[in-house]
Amino acid sequence: MQIPAPFDYARATSVDDAVALLTRYGEDAHVIAGGHSLLPMMKLRLARPDWVIDINDLHDLDYIRRDGDQLRIGALTRHRTLLESAEVLSLFPIVTDAERVVADPIVRNRGTIGGSLCQADPAEDLSTVCTVLGAEAVIHGAAGDRTIGMEEFHRGPYETAVAFNELLTEVRLTIRPRSSSAYEKVERRVGDWAVAAAGAAVTFADDGTLDDVAIGVTAVGLVNRVASAEAVLRGEKPSESAIAEAGRLTGEAVDPDADQRGSVEYKRHLANELTQRVLRRAIARAQGLEA
Amino acid sequence: MHVTMTVNGDEVERDIEPRVLLVHFLRENLGLTGTHWGCDTSNCGTCVVQIDGEPVKSCTVLAAMADGHAVRTVEGLEVAGTVDPIQQGFMEEHGLQCGFCTPGMMLTARALLDENPHPSEGEIREAISGQICRCTGYATIVRSIQWAADHPAETADSTLEDEDVKA
Ligand SMILES: Cc1cc2nc3c(=O)[nH]c(=O)nc-3n(C[C@H](O)[C@H](O)[C@H](O)COP(=O)(O)OP(=O)(O)OC[C@H]3O[C@@H](n4cnc5c(N)ncnc54)[C@H](O)[C@@H]3O)c2cc1C
Ligand code: FES
Ligand code: FES
Repeated sequence: MQIPAPFDYARATSVDDAVALLTRYGEDAHVIAGGHSLLPMMKLRLARPDWVIDINDLHDLDYIRRDGDQLRIGALTRHRTLLESAEVLSLFPIVTDAERVVADPIVRNRGTIGGSLCQADPAEDLSTVCTVLGAEAVIHGAAGDRTIGMEEFHRGPYETAVAFNELLTEVRLTIRPRSSSAYEKVERRVGDWAVAAAGAAVTFADDGTLDDVAIGVTAVGLVNRVASAEAVLRGEKPSESAIAEAGRLTGEAVDPDADQRGSVEYKRHLANELTQRVLRRAIARAQGLEA
Repeated sequence: MHVTMTVNGDEVERDIEPRVLLVHFLRENLGLTGTHWGCDTSNCGTCVVQIDGEPVKSCTVLAAMADGHAVRTVEGLEVAGTVDPIQQGFMEEHGLQCGFCTPGMMLTARALLDENPHPSEGEIREAISGQICRCTGYATIVRSIQWAADHPAETADSTLEDEDVKA
């Protein structure tokens, strides 16, 4: 029977209350959102917080709201809400693609976007999605809000820029015309973490060339975007040969570990193949040829 | 700490350690052993109960997090001596073999039909995809849920009577 080590529990009544509790109890206090990463780690005693600060009553952190050219997503928004949002599907289909394969429907009822990003597991699907979309993270602390990009947010596996006494409150995605995105993951069975996955976002210029391209991969030892592969496509009209080359370069750039989910060669192959597929789909979607 | 919640419509209060998981709270503190507990790793779904109508894996929720909420377990499916159409469906279509996965499957199925009274086979399979039947009886579980969709609450009674008459 797996039971967490003893701890004290408090429910935050507001974002500022959560920050005050985290400040009072220090580094040994952990926020709990959906709890679907933290509780498994506590059961295995990989995490042993002295205090657990529950933020599930902060309903004002559970929203998807359009604001000018940005889509703002509250940190407590559940996977399920993201999956079922028509607005998310039409603006950022990469999010919907990913949410279909994050864990399973029951886990998705609880897990949150904030918890996913703060957990920063190298196999976290939404981390790749947010990196590819150039998301901004709004972090709240005693001194107020600060907004940072994903490259700064991710400090490495299981490490982020969110300090022990801060809360991630919002994720902001910028809406761009003539653009679209896609995500694809290979998993051993429903609900499992990725063997490998890839995401891409593209933006066209008026003349049909690619103004911007972003490529990211999951679970293959690369946190940031794949600049070498993006460079092949940027400024050009999309072509099969350029897509194939971008896939090949991504397969080269990744640095996967061999484990139960597959060998290094297999994961490189997946990174290559999945990159090509998501590029094709993102391009077709941006051109209005595919949903 | 002190927790108060509604379980199957009844208000319950207990003093518990904050680290008690909801599945153990239900089984040990309340004696509701219908909720099963299997993998311990959030993978099998035998521990699924509803919180405020939504299926959750109760081995991955603190009882403290359910404080102030409404929990429904398999014991709450039968109302006033009448089994839920889901339960009837599992009987009609042989939806269980050993029965270990059954409580979780039924709570997920109930939530599915509450939202989507006429799910396709694909939607049913998707809904239960986070749950494992170690006896691998998925085909009959899907048929049981389809049976319940075809026989919503009012008619469940008459079906029972029809069967009784035939028997
Ligand atoms: C069986 C299973 C399969 C899964 N499969 C996948 C998968 O395939 N792909 C995938 O991407 N994920 C998967 N997950 C993880 C799932 O998506 C989690 O829900 C998610 O990683 C964490 O979200 P949470 O809200 O549950 O976070 P929690 O567990 O509550 O928190 C995780 C961490 O983030 C911190 N935290 C949470 N919210 C905030 C905040 N607002 N500000 C600051 N810190 C915060 C917590 O302190 C903790 O350290 C799986 C989980 C399970 C149990
Ligand atoms: S015991 Fe909860 S998912 Fe297996
Ligand atoms: S009936 Fe035996 S586990 Fe499903």
